Amino acid sequence: MTRGGALAVGILLVCAAGVAAAVALAWHPEIDRITPPAPGSFDRYFVAEGEDLAKLGNCAGCHTNDPSEPLAGGRALDTPFGKVFATNITPHPDDGIGAWSGEAFERAMRRGIARDGTQLYPAFPYDHFTHATDHQIEALYAWLMTRRPIAGRAPETRLAGIYGFRPVVAAWNALYLNEGPLPADASRSSQWNRGRVLAEGLGHCGGCHTPRNRFGAEDIARAYNGAWTEGWYAPPLNAHSPAVRPWTPDELFAYLHTGLAPHHAAAAGPMAGVTRALAQVPDEDVRAIAVYIASLMADAPASKHDQPQPVDRLDVAQQQHPDAAALYAGACATCHDPGAPMMQLGRPVLSWGTPLHEDNPHDTVRIIMQGLTPPGGASGPTMPAYADMLSDQQVQDLAAYLRTRFTDKPAWSNVPAAVAEARK
Amino acid sequence: MIKLTVNGRAHQVDVDPDTPLLYVLRNDLELNAAKFGCGLGQCGACTVLLDDKPVFSCLVPVATLGERKVRTLEGLPKTLPAAFEAEQAAQCGYCIAGMIVRAQALLERNARPTEEEVRSHMAPNLCRCGTHMRILRAVRRAAEAMGGGVRDVAEQK
Repeated sequence: MTRGGALAVGILLVCAAGVAAAVALAWHPEIDRITPPAPGSFDRYFVAEGEDLAKLGNCAGCHTNDPSEPLAGGRALDTPFGKVFATNITPHPDDGIGAWSGEAFERAMRRGIARDGTQLYPAFPYDHFTHATDHQIEALYAWLMTRRPIAGRAPETRLAGIYGFRPVVAAWNALYLNEGPLPADASRSSQWNRGRVLAEGLGHCGGCHTPRNRFGAEDIARAYNGAWTEGWYAPPLNAHSPAVRPWTPDELFAYLHTGLAPHHAAAAGPMAGVTRALAQVPDEDVRAIAVYIASLMADAPASKHDQPQPVDRLDVAQQQHPDAAALYAGACATCHDPGAPMMQLGRPVLSWGTPLHEDNPHDTVRIIMQGLTPPGGASGPTMPAYADMLSDQQVQDLAAYLRTRFTDKPAWSNVPAAVAEARK
Repeated sequence: MIKLTVNGRAHQVDVDPDTPLLYVLRNDLELNAAKFGCGLGQCGACTVLLDDKPVFSCLVPVATLGERKVRTLEGLPKTLPAAFEAEQAAQCGYCIAGMIVRAQALLERNARPTEEEVRSHMAPNLCRCGTHMRILRAVRRAAEAMGGGVRDVAEQK
Protein backbone atom coordinates (compact mmCIF):
# COMPACT_ATOMS: atom_id res chain seq x y z
CA MET A 1 0.00 0.00 0.00
CA THR A 2 1.30 3.45 -0.87
CA ARG A 3 1.69 6.05 1.81
CA GLY A 4 -1.13 8.01 0.21
CA GLY A 5 -3.36 4.95 0.31
CA ALA A 6 -2.61 4.35 3.99
CA LEU A 7 -3.45 7.98 4.75
CA ALA A 8 -6.74 7.65 2.89
CA VAL A 9 -7.66 4.52 4.82
CA GLY A 10 -6.64 6.24 8.06
CA ILE A 11 -8.82 9.26 7.31
CA LEU A 12 -11.66 6.95 6.36
CA LEU A 13 -11.33 5.07 9.67
CA VAL A 14 -11.30 8.30 11.68
CA CYS A 15 -14.39 9.49 9.80
CA ALA A 16 -16.14 6.17 10.35
CA ALA A 17 -15.33 6.30 14.06
CA GLY A 18 -16.65 9.86 14.17
CA VAL A 19 -19.85 8.86 12.44
CA ALA A 20 -20.23 5.88 14.78
CA ALA A 21 -19.71 8.11 17.80
CA ALA A 22 -22.21 10.64 16.48
CA VAL A 23 -24.76 7.91 15.82
CA ALA A 24 -24.20 6.50 19.32
CA LEU A 25 -24.69 9.99 20.76
CA ALA A 26 -27.78 10.73 18.71
CA TRP A 27 -29.46 7.35 18.84
CA HIS A 28 -31.85 6.73 21.69
CA PRO A 29 -34.14 3.73 22.04
CA GLU A 30 -37.87 4.10 21.80
CA ILE A 31 -39.53 3.54 25.17
CA ASP A 32 -42.56 1.25 24.90
CA ARG A 33 -46.01 2.75 24.76
CA ILE A 34 -48.12 2.28 27.83
CA THR A 35 -51.88 2.35 28.26
CA PRO A 36 -52.60 5.73 29.85
CA PRO A 37 -52.84 5.16 33.62
CA ALA A 38 -56.28 5.75 35.13
CA PRO A 39 -56.41 9.25 36.68
CA GLY A 40 -57.57 7.66 39.94
CA SER A 41 -54.33 5.69 40.18
CA PHE A 42 -52.39 8.83 41.17
CA ASP A 43 -52.27 10.10 44.74
CA ARG A 44 -54.30 13.32 44.78
CA TYR A 45 -51.87 15.22 47.03
CA PHE A 46 -49.10 14.30 44.65
CA VAL A 47 -51.23 15.57 41.77
CA ALA A 48 -51.86 18.83 43.65
CA GLU A 49 -48.13 19.26 44.15
CA GLY A 50 -47.60 18.70 40.44
CA GLU A 51 -50.16 21.39 39.67
CA ASP A 52 -48.20 23.93 41.75
CA LEU A 53 -45.02 22.96 39.93
CA ALA A 54 -46.70 23.25 36.52
CA LYS A 55 -47.73 26.79 37.38
CA LEU A 56 -44.30 27.59 38.73
CA GLY A 57 -42.77 26.40 35.46
CA ASN A 58 -45.56 28.10 33.47
CA CYS A 59 -46.00 25.04 31.23
CA ALA A 60 -49.22 26.52 29.88
CA GLY A 61 -47.35 29.68 28.82
CA CYS A 62 -46.00 27.79 25.80
CA HIS A 63 -48.12 24.63 25.64
CA THR A 64 -51.53 26.32 25.63
CA ASN A 65 -52.54 28.13 22.48
CA ASP A 66 -56.33 28.10 22.73
CA PRO A 67 -57.42 28.64 26.37
CA SER A 68 -60.35 26.25 25.86
CA GLU A 69 -57.84 23.48 25.07
CA PRO A 70 -55.29 23.72 27.89
CA LEU A 71 -51.88 22.10 27.27
CA ALA A 72 -52.90 20.89 23.80
CA GLY A 73 -49.97 22.75 22.24
CA GLY A 74 -49.86 24.59 18.92
CA ARG A 75 -48.35 27.85 20.08
CA ALA A 76 -45.39 28.92 17.95
CA LEU A 77 -42.23 30.13 19.65
CA ASP A 78 -40.15 32.36 17.38
CA THR A 79 -36.49 31.42 17.62
CA PRO A 80 -33.52 32.60 15.53
CA PHE A 81 -33.65 29.14 13.92
CA GLY A 82 -37.32 29.26 12.95
CA LYS A 83 -40.71 28.65 14.50
CA VAL A 84 -40.84 25.88 17.08
CA PHE A 85 -44.36 24.65 17.80
CA ALA A 86 -45.11 23.59 21.38
CA THR A 87 -46.54 20.07 21.40
CA ASN A 88 -49.67 18.57 22.90
CA ILE A 89 -48.77 17.48 26.47
CA THR A 90 -52.26 16.34 27.48
CA PRO A 91 -52.53 12.59 28.22
CA HIS A 92 -54.09 11.87 24.82
CA PRO A 93 -52.61 8.47 23.85
CA ASP A 94 -51.81 9.35 20.22
CA ASP A 95 -51.59 13.14 19.98
CA GLY A 96 -50.32 13.89 23.50
CA ILE A 97 -48.16 12.08 26.03
CA GLY A 98 -50.76 9.56 27.23
CA ALA A 99 -48.64 6.63 26.05
CA TRP A 100 -45.54 7.92 27.87
CA SER A 101 -44.38 6.03 30.94
CA GLY A 102 -42.91 7.88 33.91
CA GLU A 103 -39.51 6.79 32.63
CA ALA A 104 -40.16 8.30 29.18
CA PHE A 105 -41.34 11.54 30.76
CA GLU A 106 -38.28 11.76 32.96
CA ARG A 107 -35.97 11.17 29.98
CA ALA A 108 -37.68 14.03 28.11
CA MET A 109 -37.38 16.34 31.10
CA ARG A 110 -33.77 15.49 31.87
CA ARG A 111 -32.31 14.84 28.41
CA GLY A 112 -34.74 16.27 25.87
CA ILE A 113 -35.60 12.97 24.19
CA ALA A 114 -39.16 12.10 23.22
CA ARG A 115 -40.69 8.70 24.02
CA ASP A 116 -40.06 7.48 20.47
CA GLY A 117 -36.36 8.32 20.76
CA THR A 118 -36.31 11.54 18.69
CA GLN A 119 -34.48 14.61 19.93
CA LEU A 120 -36.58 17.50 21.17
CA TYR A 121 -35.41 21.02 20.39
CA PRO A 122 -34.05 22.96 23.37
CA ALA A 123 -36.77 25.58 22.89
CA PHE A 124 -38.28 23.13 25.38
CA PRO A 125 -36.03 24.15 28.30
CA TYR A 126 -34.87 20.67 29.36
CA ASP A 127 -31.46 22.24 30.00
CA HIS A 128 -33.24 23.70 33.06
CA PHE A 129 -35.78 20.98 33.79
CA THR A 130 -32.92 18.50 34.08
CA HIS A 131 -32.11 20.19 37.42
CA ALA A 132 -35.51 19.35 38.94
CA THR A 133 -35.65 16.70 41.65
CA ASP A 134 -36.97 13.21 40.95
CA HIS A 135 -39.88 13.98 43.24
CA GLN A 136 -40.76 17.14 41.27
CA ILE A 137 -40.66 15.34 37.93
CA GLU A 138 -42.83 12.53 39.27
CA ALA A 139 -45.37 15.00 40.69
CA LEU A 140 -45.48 16.90 37.41
CA TYR A 141 -46.06 13.63 35.56
CA ALA A 142 -48.91 12.75 37.93
CA TRP A 143 -50.54 16.12 37.30
CA LEU A 144 -50.14 15.99 33.51
CA MET A 145 -51.49 12.43 33.28
CA THR A 146 -54.64 13.44 35.18
CA ARG A 147 -55.52 16.31 32.81
CA ARG A 148 -58.25 16.09 30.18
CA PRO A 149 -56.89 14.30 27.09
CA ILE A 150 -57.35 16.51 24.05
CA ALA A 151 -57.01 15.25 20.48
CA GLY A 152 -55.05 17.14 17.86
CA ARG A 153 -51.37 17.49 17.13
CA ALA A 154 -49.49 20.76 16.95
CA PRO A 155 -48.14 21.73 13.52
CA GLU A 156 -44.84 20.00 12.70
CA THR A 157 -41.76 22.06 13.59
CA ARG A 158 -39.62 22.47 10.48
CA LEU A 159 -36.42 24.40 11.02
CA ALA A 160 -34.30 25.53 8.11
CA GLY A 161 -31.02 23.95 6.99
CA ILE A 162 -29.01 21.70 9.26
CA TYR A 163 -31.29 22.48 12.20
CA GLY A 164 -34.12 20.67 10.45
CA PHE A 165 -32.18 17.44 11.10
CA ARG A 166 -33.01 16.64 14.73
CA PRO A 167 -30.04 14.37 15.50
CA VAL A 168 -27.77 17.47 15.41
CA VAL A 169 -29.32 18.35 18.77
CA ALA A 170 -27.24 15.50 20.21
CA ALA A 171 -24.12 17.56 19.58
CA TRP A 172 -25.79 20.53 21.29
CA ASN A 173 -26.55 18.34 24.30
CA ALA A 174 -22.97 17.09 24.45
CA LEU A 175 -21.74 20.69 24.54
CA TYR A 176 -24.36 22.48 26.62
CA LEU A 177 -26.52 20.08 28.59
CA ASN A 178 -25.39 19.87 32.20
CA GLU A 179 -27.53 16.90 33.13
CA GLY A 180 -29.03 16.05 36.48
CA PRO A 181 -30.07 17.59 39.81
CA LEU A 182 -27.97 20.39 41.28
CA PRO A 183 -25.81 19.53 44.29
CA ALA A 184 -26.87 21.50 47.37
CA ASP A 185 -24.70 24.41 48.50
CA ALA A 186 -24.09 23.67 52.20
CA SER A 187 -22.96 27.24 52.88
CA ARG A 188 -26.46 28.54 52.06
CA SER A 189 -29.80 28.21 53.83
CA SER A 190 -32.22 25.45 52.90
CA GLN A 191 -34.60 28.16 51.65
CA TRP A 192 -31.93 29.51 49.30
CA ASN A 193 -31.19 26.00 48.04
CA ARG A 194 -34.88 25.32 47.52
CA GLY A 195 -35.17 28.58 45.60
CA ARG A 196 -32.18 27.70 43.48
CA VAL A 197 -33.60 24.33 42.48
CA LEU A 198 -36.94 25.97 41.60
CA ALA A 199 -35.43 28.92 39.72
CA GLU A 200 -32.72 27.00 37.87
CA GLY A 201 -34.95 23.97 37.33
CA LEU A 202 -38.67 24.11 36.57
CA GLY A 203 -38.83 27.91 36.89
CA HIS A 204 -36.22 28.24 34.08
CA CYS A 205 -35.64 31.96 34.83
CA GLY A 206 -32.41 31.90 32.81
CA GLY A 207 -34.42 30.90 29.73
CA CYS A 208 -35.27 34.58 29.27
CA HIS A 209 -32.76 36.44 31.48
CA THR A 210 -29.52 34.78 30.30
CA PRO A 211 -28.13 35.68 26.86
CA ARG A 212 -27.69 32.85 24.37
CA ASN A 213 -24.78 32.01 22.10
CA ARG A 214 -25.05 31.53 18.33
CA PHE A 215 -26.28 27.98 18.84
CA GLY A 216 -29.11 29.10 21.06
CA ALA A 217 -27.51 27.81 24.27
CA GLU A 218 -27.46 29.93 27.39
CA ASP A 219 -24.06 31.55 27.84
CA ILE A 220 -23.33 30.39 31.38
CA ALA A 221 -20.35 32.75 31.71
CA ARG A 222 -22.88 35.58 31.37
CA ALA A 223 -25.68 34.00 33.41
CA TYR A 224 -28.52 36.43 34.16
CA ASN A 225 -26.85 39.26 32.24
CA GLY A 226 -30.15 40.22 30.60
CA ALA A 227 -31.42 38.98 27.23
CA TRP A 228 -34.01 39.43 24.49
CA THR A 229 -37.24 37.52 24.38
CA GLU A 230 -40.16 38.12 21.99
CA GLY A 231 -39.00 41.70 21.38
CA TRP A 232 -38.79 42.47 25.10
CA TYR A 233 -35.61 42.91 27.10
CA ALA A 234 -35.49 40.69 30.19
CA PRO A 235 -33.23 42.79 32.43
CA PRO A 236 -30.13 41.50 34.23
CA LEU A 237 -30.75 39.66 37.50
CA ASN A 238 -27.18 39.83 38.74
CA ALA A 239 -24.66 42.53 39.70
CA HIS A 240 -25.63 44.33 36.46
CA SER A 241 -29.25 44.84 37.56
CA PRO A 242 -30.27 48.37 36.53
CA ALA A 243 -32.79 48.62 39.39
CA VAL A 244 -32.75 51.91 41.33
CA ARG A 245 -33.99 50.50 44.62
CA PRO A 246 -32.57 47.27 46.04
CA TRP A 247 -34.32 44.03 45.14
CA THR A 248 -34.88 42.61 48.61
CA PRO A 249 -36.48 39.17 49.03
CA ASP A 250 -39.68 40.94 50.20
CA GLU A 251 -39.84 43.26 47.16
CA LEU A 252 -39.12 40.40 44.82
CA PHE A 253 -41.72 38.20 46.49
CA ALA A 254 -44.35 40.94 46.04
CA TYR A 255 -43.33 41.36 42.40
CA LEU A 256 -43.40 37.67 41.55
CA HIS A 257 -46.60 37.01 43.46
CA THR A 258 -48.69 40.05 42.42
CA GLY A 259 -46.96 41.46 39.33
CA LEU A 260 -46.24 44.69 41.16
CA ALA A 261 -43.38 45.80 43.41
CA PRO A 262 -44.00 49.12 45.18
CA HIS A 263 -40.37 50.30 44.78
CA HIS A 264 -39.78 48.96 41.30
CA ALA A 265 -42.39 48.46 38.62
CA ALA A 266 -45.23 46.35 37.28
CA ALA A 267 -44.47 43.15 35.38
CA ALA A 268 -44.87 43.67 31.63
CA GLY A 269 -44.53 41.66 28.44
CA PRO A 270 -43.87 37.94 28.85
CA MET A 271 -43.12 38.47 32.58
CA ALA A 272 -46.73 39.51 33.21
CA GLY A 273 -47.87 35.98 32.33
CA VAL A 274 -45.17 34.52 34.55
CA THR A 275 -46.37 36.52 37.56
CA ARG A 276 -50.00 35.56 36.87
CA ALA A 277 -48.92 31.90 37.01
CA LEU A 278 -46.79 32.49 40.14
CA ALA A 279 -49.77 34.15 41.84
CA GLN A 280 -51.23 30.64 42.10
CA VAL A 281 -48.09 28.99 43.49
CA PRO A 282 -47.69 28.42 47.26
CA ASP A 283 -46.10 31.39 49.03
CA GLU A 284 -43.15 29.42 50.36
CA ASP A 285 -42.04 28.38 46.86
CA VAL A 286 -42.24 31.94 45.50
CA ARG A 287 -40.48 33.24 48.60
CA ALA A 288 -37.66 30.72 48.12
CA ILE A 289 -37.21 31.86 44.51
CA ALA A 290 -37.20 35.48 45.70
CA VAL A 291 -34.49 34.71 48.28
CA TYR A 292 -32.33 33.00 45.65
CA ILE A 293 -32.74 35.60 42.88
CA ALA A 294 -32.29 38.51 45.31
CA SER A 295 -28.99 36.94 46.39
CA LEU A 296 -27.78 37.08 42.76
CA MET A 297 -28.32 40.84 42.84
CA ALA A 298 -26.49 41.39 46.14
CA ASP A 299 -23.67 43.21 44.32
CA ALA A 300 -25.94 45.32 42.10
CA PRO A 301 -25.51 49.10 42.38
CA ALA A 302 -28.91 49.55 44.06
CA SER A 303 -28.09 46.98 46.73
CA LYS A 304 -24.96 48.90 47.65
CA HIS A 305 -26.26 52.46 47.27
CA ASP A 306 -30.00 52.75 47.67
CA GLN A 307 -31.46 55.92 46.10
CA PRO A 308 -34.69 56.46 48.02
CA GLN A 309 -35.13 59.99 46.59
CA PRO A 310 -36.77 59.68 43.16
CA VAL A 311 -35.03 61.55 40.32
CA ASP A 312 -37.31 64.18 38.77
CA ARG A 313 -35.50 66.56 36.39
CA LEU A 314 -38.68 68.33 35.35
CA ASP A 315 -37.02 71.55 34.11
CA VAL A 316 -34.31 69.90 32.02
CA ALA A 317 -36.83 67.54 30.43
CA GLN A 318 -39.26 70.37 29.74
CA GLN A 319 -36.50 72.38 28.07
CA GLN A 320 -35.18 69.54 25.93
CA HIS A 321 -38.54 68.04 24.94
CA PRO A 322 -41.25 70.74 25.13
CA ASP A 323 -43.73 68.85 22.90
CA ALA A 324 -43.36 65.65 24.87
CA ALA A 325 -43.81 67.59 28.12
CA ALA A 326 -47.31 68.62 26.98
CA LEU A 327 -47.94 65.08 25.80
CA TYR A 328 -46.91 63.71 29.19
CA ALA A 329 -49.11 66.24 30.99
CA GLY A 330 -52.18 65.24 28.95
CA ALA A 331 -51.64 61.51 28.54
CA CYS A 332 -49.58 60.26 31.50
CA ALA A 333 -49.77 62.67 34.43
CA THR A 334 -53.33 61.75 35.49
CA CYS A 335 -51.95 58.42 36.66
CA HIS A 336 -48.21 58.86 37.09
CA ASP A 337 -47.69 62.30 38.63
CA PRO A 338 -47.13 62.57 42.36
CA GLY A 339 -50.54 63.01 43.99
CA ALA A 340 -52.44 61.25 41.19
CA PRO A 341 -55.06 58.80 42.48
CA MET A 342 -53.06 55.83 41.26
CA MET A 343 -49.97 57.01 43.11
CA GLN A 344 -52.02 57.31 46.29
CA LEU A 345 -52.64 53.58 45.96
CA GLY A 346 -48.92 52.92 46.30
CA ARG A 347 -47.92 52.46 42.67
CA PRO A 348 -44.18 52.83 41.93
CA VAL A 349 -42.98 56.26 40.82
CA LEU A 350 -41.69 56.29 37.24
CA SER A 351 -38.11 57.06 38.24
CA TRP A 352 -37.91 53.74 40.06
CA GLY A 353 -39.19 51.72 37.11
CA THR A 354 -36.44 49.47 35.79
CA PRO A 355 -37.28 49.93 32.07
CA LEU A 356 -36.27 53.60 32.07
CA HIS A 357 -32.86 52.64 33.47
CA GLU A 358 -32.13 49.86 31.00
CA ASP A 359 -29.47 50.42 28.34
CA ASN A 360 -32.07 50.23 25.61
CA PRO A 361 -35.53 51.82 25.18
CA HIS A 362 -37.35 48.68 24.03
CA ASP A 363 -39.28 47.84 27.19
CA THR A 364 -40.27 51.47 27.78
CA VAL A 365 -41.49 51.82 24.20
CA ARG A 366 -43.43 48.56 24.32
CA ILE A 367 -45.09 49.44 27.61
CA ILE A 368 -46.19 52.82 26.20
CA MET A 369 -47.51 51.29 22.99
CA GLN A 370 -49.03 48.04 24.25
CA GLY A 371 -49.89 49.09 27.80
CA LEU A 372 -50.46 46.50 30.48
CA THR A 373 -53.55 44.53 29.59
CA PRO A 374 -54.34 41.45 31.66
CA PRO A 375 -56.26 38.92 29.55
CA GLY A 376 -60.05 38.77 29.92
CA GLY A 377 -61.12 37.96 33.45
CA ALA A 378 -57.61 38.20 34.93
CA SER A 379 -56.67 40.90 37.39
CA GLY A 380 -53.34 42.69 37.60
CA PRO A 381 -51.63 45.99 36.91
CA THR A 382 -53.42 47.82 34.08
CA MET A 383 -52.36 50.57 31.72
CA PRO A 384 -54.02 51.62 28.47
CA ALA A 385 -52.16 50.97 25.21
CA TYR A 386 -51.08 54.16 23.42
CA ALA A 387 -50.18 52.63 20.05
CA ASP A 388 -53.38 53.97 18.44
CA MET A 389 -53.34 57.28 20.30
CA LEU A 390 -49.82 58.43 19.49
CA SER A 391 -47.79 58.62 16.29
CA ASP A 392 -44.37 56.98 16.09
CA GLN A 393 -42.71 60.36 16.47
CA GLN A 394 -44.77 61.11 19.57
CA VAL A 395 -43.85 57.78 21.19
CA GLN A 396 -40.18 58.49 20.44
CA ASP A 397 -40.40 61.96 21.97
CA LEU A 398 -42.22 60.66 25.01
CA ALA A 399 -39.66 57.90 25.62
CA ALA A 400 -36.83 60.44 25.35
CA TYR A 401 -38.65 62.80 27.71
CA LEU A 402 -39.20 60.08 30.31
CA ARG A 403 -35.54 59.03 30.15
CA THR A 404 -34.39 62.63 30.63
CA ARG A 405 -36.85 63.49 33.34
CA PHE A 406 -36.82 60.38 35.51
CA THR A 407 -33.21 59.15 35.21
CA ASP A 408 -29.77 60.74 35.24
CA LYS A 409 -28.54 58.40 32.52
CA PRO A 410 -27.53 59.43 28.97
CA ALA A 411 -30.20 59.65 26.27
CA TRP A 412 -31.01 56.47 24.32
CA SER A 413 -29.68 56.41 20.77
CA ASN A 414 -31.94 53.83 19.15
CA VAL A 415 -35.47 54.91 20.04
CA PRO A 416 -36.86 55.13 16.45
CA ALA A 417 -35.82 51.53 15.76
CA ALA A 418 -37.45 50.36 18.97
CA VAL A 419 -40.71 52.11 18.02
CA ALA A 420 -40.65 50.70 14.48
CA GLU A 421 -40.06 47.21 15.86
CA ALA A 422 -42.89 47.48 18.39
CA ARG A 423 -45.22 48.81 15.64
CA LYS A 424 -44.85 45.59 13.59
CA MET B 1 -54.64 78.09 18.32
CA ILE B 2 -54.88 74.35 17.80
CA LYS B 3 -56.48 72.90 14.67
CA LEU B 4 -58.42 69.69 14.57
CA THR B 5 -60.87 67.90 12.29
CA VAL B 6 -63.92 66.36 13.92
CA ASN B 7 -66.64 64.53 12.01
CA GLY B 8 -65.33 65.99 8.76
CA ARG B 9 -65.36 69.62 9.94
CA ALA B 10 -62.23 71.67 10.62
CA HIS B 11 -62.06 73.55 13.91
CA GLN B 12 -59.66 75.88 15.67
CA VAL B 13 -59.62 76.03 19.45
CA ASP B 14 -57.73 78.24 21.87
CA VAL B 15 -56.69 75.81 24.62
CA ASP B 16 -53.54 74.53 26.29
CA PRO B 17 -51.78 71.89 24.18
CA ASP B 18 -52.10 69.29 26.94
CA THR B 19 -55.89 69.67 27.17
CA PRO B 20 -57.52 66.26 26.70
CA LEU B 21 -59.41 65.87 23.43
CA LEU B 22 -62.48 64.93 25.48
CA TYR B 23 -62.60 68.39 27.11
CA VAL B 24 -62.30 70.11 23.74
CA LEU B 25 -65.09 68.00 22.27
CA ARG B 26 -67.46 68.69 25.13
CA ASN B 27 -66.53 72.21 26.23
CA ASP B 28 -65.45 73.90 23.01
CA LEU B 29 -67.22 71.99 20.23
CA GLU B 30 -70.35 71.08 22.19
CA LEU B 31 -70.16 67.48 21.07
CA ASN B 32 -71.43 65.93 24.28
CA ALA B 33 -71.84 62.25 23.34
CA ALA B 34 -68.42 61.17 24.67
CA LYS B 35 -68.51 61.16 28.47
CA PHE B 36 -66.01 61.68 31.23
CA GLY B 37 -65.96 58.47 33.24
CA CYS B 38 -62.70 57.76 35.02
CA GLY B 39 -60.21 60.07 33.30
CA LEU B 40 -57.69 57.22 33.47
CA GLY B 41 -58.37 55.32 30.25
CA GLN B 42 -59.94 52.44 32.12
CA CYS B 43 -63.69 52.68 31.48
CA GLY B 44 -64.16 53.66 27.83
CA ALA B 45 -67.01 56.17 28.31
CA CYS B 46 -64.93 58.76 26.40
CA THR B 47 -64.18 56.53 23.39
CA VAL B 48 -63.92 58.27 20.01
CA LEU B 49 -62.42 57.22 16.68
CA LEU B 50 -59.00 58.49 15.69
CA ASP B 51 -58.35 57.54 12.06
CA ASP B 52 -60.66 54.51 12.39
CA LYS B 53 -59.13 53.30 15.67
CA PRO B 54 -61.03 53.55 18.98
CA VAL B 55 -59.12 55.61 21.57
CA PHE B 56 -59.77 57.02 25.05
CA SER B 57 -60.24 60.73 24.34
CA CYS B 58 -59.60 61.57 28.01
CA LEU B 59 -55.94 60.58 27.49
CA VAL B 60 -55.32 62.15 24.07
CA PRO B 61 -53.78 65.62 24.46
CA VAL B 62 -55.40 67.77 21.77
CA ALA B 63 -52.05 69.02 20.47
CA THR B 64 -51.00 65.49 19.53
CA LEU B 65 -53.74 65.08 16.89
CA GLY B 66 -51.93 66.68 13.97
CA GLU B 67 -53.61 65.67 10.71
CA ARG B 68 -55.42 62.72 12.24
CA LYS B 69 -59.20 62.82 11.97
CA VAL B 70 -61.57 62.47 14.90
CA ARG B 71 -65.03 60.94 14.71
CA THR B 72 -67.53 60.96 17.55
CA LEU B 73 -70.93 59.33 17.96
CA GLU B 74 -72.51 62.47 16.47
CA GLY B 75 -70.75 61.81 13.16
CA LEU B 76 -71.49 58.08 12.82
CA PRO B 77 -74.15 56.39 10.66
CA LYS B 78 -77.32 55.48 12.54
CA THR B 79 -77.09 51.68 12.12
CA LEU B 80 -75.49 50.96 15.48
CA PRO B 81 -77.53 53.52 17.46
CA ALA B 82 -80.71 52.01 15.98
CA ALA B 83 -79.60 48.51 16.97
CA PHE B 84 -78.81 49.67 20.51
CA GLU B 85 -82.26 51.20 20.69
CA ALA B 86 -83.96 48.09 19.33
CA GLU B 87 -82.22 45.92 21.90
CA GLN B 88 -82.86 48.48 24.68
CA ALA B 89 -79.16 48.18 25.46
CA ALA B 90 -78.99 51.29 27.62
CA GLN B 91 -79.87 51.31 31.28
CA CYS B 92 -78.41 54.54 32.67
CA GLY B 93 -76.87 55.18 29.25
CA TYR B 94 -73.62 56.72 30.40
CA CYS B 95 -71.38 54.15 28.68
CA ILE B 96 -73.43 53.82 25.51
CA ALA B 97 -71.79 56.46 23.31
CA GLY B 98 -68.41 54.87 23.99
CA MET B 99 -69.80 51.40 23.36
CA ILE B 100 -71.30 52.38 20.02
CA VAL B 101 -68.15 54.12 18.87
CA ARG B 102 -65.97 51.14 19.80
CA ALA B 103 -68.36 48.71 18.06
CA GLN B 104 -68.34 50.96 14.97
CA ALA B 105 -64.57 50.58 14.67
CA LEU B 106 -64.89 46.79 14.70
CA LEU B 107 -67.76 46.52 12.22
CA GLU B 108 -66.16 48.95 9.76
CA ARG B 109 -63.12 46.75 9.67
CA ASN B 110 -64.94 43.42 9.76
CA ALA B 111 -68.71 43.06 9.40
CA ARG B 112 -68.45 39.31 10.06
CA PRO B 113 -66.51 39.00 13.33
CA THR B 114 -66.68 35.95 15.56
CA GLU B 115 -68.43 36.21 18.90
CA GLU B 116 -65.03 35.96 20.56
CA GLU B 117 -63.67 38.83 18.45
CA VAL B 118 -66.64 40.98 19.44
CA ARG B 119 -66.15 40.23 23.12
CA SER B 120 -62.43 40.87 23.19
CA HIS B 121 -62.82 44.01 21.06
CA MET B 122 -65.48 45.42 23.40
CA ALA B 123 -63.63 44.40 26.59
CA PRO B 124 -61.96 47.79 27.31
CA ASN B 125 -65.39 49.46 27.69
CA LEU B 126 -67.25 48.95 30.94
CA CYS B 127 -70.96 49.21 31.68
CA ARG B 128 -71.58 49.78 35.36
CA CYS B 129 -75.24 48.78 35.09
CA GLY B 130 -74.23 45.42 33.65
CA THR B 131 -76.14 45.51 30.34
CA HIS B 132 -73.23 43.88 28.51
CA MET B 133 -75.42 41.04 27.21
CA ARG B 134 -77.84 43.50 25.61
CA ILE B 135 -74.92 45.47 24.22
CA LEU B 136 -73.57 42.30 22.60
CA ARG B 137 -77.02 41.59 21.13
CA ALA B 138 -77.09 45.12 19.71
CA VAL B 139 -73.68 44.64 18.10
CA ARG B 140 -74.86 41.37 16.53
CA ARG B 141 -78.02 43.05 15.26
CA ALA B 142 -76.03 45.93 13.76
CA ALA B 143 -73.59 43.53 12.10
CA GLU B 144 -76.52 41.84 10.35
CA ALA B 145 -78.00 45.19 9.36
CA MET B 146 -74.65 46.09 7.79
CA GLY B 147 -74.83 42.99 5.57
CA GLY B 148 -72.61 40.83 7.75
CA GLY B 149 -73.30 39.11 11.04
CA VAL B 150 -71.54 37.78 14.09
CA ARG B 151 -70.40 34.22 13.55
CA ASP B 152 -71.26 32.10 16.56
CA VAL B 153 -68.82 29.84 18.32
CA ALA B 154 -70.21 26.66 16.77
CA GLU B 155 -69.82 28.10 13.28
CA GLN B 156 -66.13 28.91 13.84
CA LYS B 157 -65.00 25.32 14.21
